[in-house]
Amino acid sequence: MFIINCPYCGERDQTEFSCGGEAHIERPKQPTELSDDQWAEYLFMRKNIKGIQFERWNHIHGCRKWFNVVRDTSNDKIHAVYKMGERPPVK
Amino acid sequence: MSNKYSIFSLIKNALSGHENWQRAWRDPEPKKEYDAIIIGGGGHGLATAYYLAKKHKMNNIAVVEKGWIGGGNTGRNTTIIRSNYLWDASAGLYDHALKIWEGLSQELNYNVMFSQRGVMNLAHNLQDVRDLKRRTHANRLNGIDAVWLNTEEVKKFCPIINTSPKIRYPVLGGTLQRRAGTARHDAVAWGYARGADEMGVDIIQNCEVKGIKRNGNEVEGIETTKGFIKTKKIGVVAAGHSSVIANMAGIRLPLESKPLQALVSEPVKPIIDTVVMSNAVHAYLSQSDKGELVIGAGTDSYVSYTQKGSHNIVEETLRAILELYPIFSRMKMLRQWGGIVDICPDASPIISKTQVKGLYFNCGWGTGGFKATPGSGDLFAHTIANDEPHKLNAAFNLNRFVSGDLVDEHGAAAVAH
Repeated sequence: MFIINCPYCGERDQTEFSCGGEAHIERPKQPTELSDDQWAEYLFMRKNIKGIQFERWNHIHGCRKWFNVVRDTSNDKIHAVYKMGERPPVK
Repeated sequence: MSNKYSIFSLIKNALSGHENWQRAWRDPEPKKEYDAIIIGGGGHGLATAYYLAKKHKMNNIAVVEKGWIGGGNTGRNTTIIRSNYLWDASAGLYDHALKIWEGLSQELNYNVMFSQRGVMNLAHNLQDVRDLKRRTHANRLNGIDAVWLNTEEVKKFCPIINTSPKIRYPVLGGTLQRRAGTARHDAVAWGYARGADEMGVDIIQNCEVKGIKRNGNEVEGIETTKGFIKTKKIGVVAAGHSSVIANMAGIRLPLESKPLQALVSEPVKPIIDTVVMSNAVHAYLSQSDKGELVIGAGTDSYVSYTQKGSHNIVEETLRAILELYPIFSRMKMLRQWGGIVDICPDASPIISKTQVKGLYFNCGWGTGGFKATPGSGDLFAHTIANDEPHKLNAAFNLNRFVSGDLVDEHGAAAVAH
């Protein structure tokens, strides 16, 4: 349980948000040309990092907008928040 | 067995004030090389080592554990054991485990306090009723005992449940597996550890794995906080930290690790003599032999390794518990904790070889691994020893995420995820 700084609404409790999982997984540009291995990679394989993870969140009980969060999954500390389409911050 | 437990050993040790019990397992330093190494000293890992030594005569093996044995999810779960899963593959897997549970205390000469007090799953809406009835039929076709109970029968089986039609999610019926029940979780880890140690397995605690050494497509050994250990076979049973180990080995897994919570109340006199689970309102409840109510809550919706879990999850569970059991409205909760569970997209486990030779994974048990401990260990040992899966775990291979042959058990896995 933690506070998330929504780029549109400001600081709110995490219970107002819904987590959309790992960020920057690109949708296949040519789905018909993908092999089974590439489909498995896209659909199921996840980094599931213990440490700094980039992920998507939705302010579902607020502005209902999607954005990205950089969070340390070993202690739930949030390091950065950035909007969809923006480049992830480089450490 | 050098120190076989019996009524006589109990009397003998009672007379000397319980001060002369032998230690149950050694505390060895790691050797330079083993025939196989199991990473993770929880129930599943220790059971794997036990069956590798017992059934496959691999005695030069070790279990490495970063903390103390049984200190992870083995010591954090709500101890429920059942096998009423929907699909044939899962029925085979979980009922294999349940059959081993039935004779486990005798086999290990260690009382795991397996108690077949029954597990009841409640239905709260029409879809629940349809799904649970379907699951009952599927179970019976697979030879697993299951019966459907209507609301009156539910009330008769567990009188403290509020079956009033006026509650928010009324009880419309439920399924009952009478062979299901609970066991003492710590005893499972300790019993397997003692049995494995007896057959020469080295159980190395406080030894964290820092890296997996590969030579091309083969494993060579592990880097640990106690130095490098050489081996040709590595079985990873690291639960919530499976992805961390996979990352060291350079392979990808379809897992997400999330905190799952449980809590216990102050101890009270016997009030509930079975296990009641409810997926729809998300509350499950049993009573430990000490008298505490044991309550299982849900997972957080985001990846985290914090072993805590959010307060709102506990709040939701207790709200549901209070509506179903108004008698507990003044109970005080004593302790709350979290464990990190590794969840697969299809809510079924992975007991599998990998693309790396000599590297095996037993993971993805998600929110319900405890019940499978003996079966999981037995089948994983078979997979490691023969470099081929047993027919009961063949469906639980890693390749199913490529082939699409998933084993979807979201309905039977009690915690929604």
